[in-house]
Amino acid sequence: MSLSLKSCVTAAEAAAALTNQRDARYLGGGTLVMRDVNEGDASFSTLVRTSDRALKRLEAAGPRLVIGAGVTYAALLAERDFAFLHPVARSIGGPAVRNMGTIGGNMFAPAPFGDFTTALLALDATVLLHGGYSPREAGIGEFLAARERNLNALVLAVSLPRAANPEAFRYRKVARVKPKGDAVLTIAAHFPPSGGRVSGARIAFGSMGATPPRAKSAERALEGRALGASNIAAAAAAPLEGLSPIDDALASARYQREVAGVHLRRLLSGEA
Amino acid sequence: MKIPLHCRHNGRDVALFVDGGTNLLVALREQLGDLTPKFGCGQGGCGACTVLVDGAAHLSCLTLAANVDGRFVETLESLKDGPRLHPLQQALMDHFAAQCGYCAPGMLMAAKALHDRNPGPTRAEVVEAISGNICRCTGYEAIIEAVLDAAQRPRVRA
Repeated sequence: MSLSLKSCVTAAEAAAALTNQRDARYLGGGTLVMRDVNEGDASFSTLVRTSDRALKRLEAAGPRLVIGAGVTYAALLAERDFAFLHPVARSIGGPAVRNMGTIGGNMFAPAPFGDFTTALLALDATVLLHGGYSPREAGIGEFLAARERNLNALVLAVSLPRAANPEAFRYRKVARVKPKGDAVLTIAAHFPPSGGRVSGARIAFGSMGATPPRAKSAERALEGRALGASNIAAAAAAPLEGLSPIDDALASARYQREVAGVHLRRLLSGEA
Repeated sequence: MKIPLHCRHNGRDVALFVDGGTNLLVALREQLGDLTPKFGCGQGGCGACTVLVDGAAHLSCLTLAANVDGRFVETLESLKDGPRLHPLQQALMDHFAAQCGYCAPGMLMAAKALHDRNPGPTRAEVVEAISGNICRCTGYEAIIEAVLDAAQRPRVRA
């Protein structure tokens, strides 16, 4: 099937095109959408793209860090102000994928992809998206919960609270293939310290269902407590409580339940 | 509707018309007759189609052809200089680093992207540079040795 291509000067124009034509799909870096094109996905007939430079902005000067949806992993890796996110970006793909894939695209990536979005969830990111008429903001959790309904919205950027202590953010991608493989599971944890205790802990698991969930039982085990061995053990005892991992090609749900606590304990303890 | 596309392909200006959903790999192979980039998975998982766009490694199967308008595209075809092989190609031969050879075009372009920005890579940097390229024959060791060795050899040209 031949696809049509709509080229837009501004992101607003692209968002309007996506809203007005339900069978249009936004093309960013291409690492997800072009797979569907190559496989003959007939659910869309038009690709929409934009050259709007605003989607490539990286801002670290204000109270929040802003990452344009069109920023590639490679571009992020070139910015020192985002160094705490470099391990996340580096864990994704090989160099070619990182030269192409974008932060905005990752937010639509199905499991076992979407590692960066797992980190954004742990960091309590805010998503700026354009539904065709006007831009609006949504918390990352809210955005992910409604992701299927957001397919025709254009993500413009994400913003993050400036991490006062980059050491309070940790990330681990568990893969069977070294040095790079798809994730059996991914863990991102943010545990800001306040007076020697954790305040506002957020832990997210990736590659565990359609969109990354938060491990709220593990968060509760850390909240208001020091990050010591006993509290880490409590958090790691049943980190998937309330969550529903699913069997996939890389790991069964049972396996994920078995190993999630081990990897969370190692992550929180700072073990390799 | 066909879309006009102008780009610089291996040092030559080319102009063609592509369909809206045509990927760069198809445009290179079927319209420009450059058969050096290979179709492997069509999903970005194997790296056999790796080419350089403006000097950076890209997966041509996942690159919309229309998106390289006005840009520089290099494929394996550009590496050798007449009868003289590029040091990377020669090193691959010398180290017996290609068996079936299907991954070699993508592997070489991934390695060239590394050498172009880092003429003296470490082993870890080589491993990282080719981490998106799958080889099912060699077990990678010979390829890593070849890429490291090629960095020590005089370059035929920039």
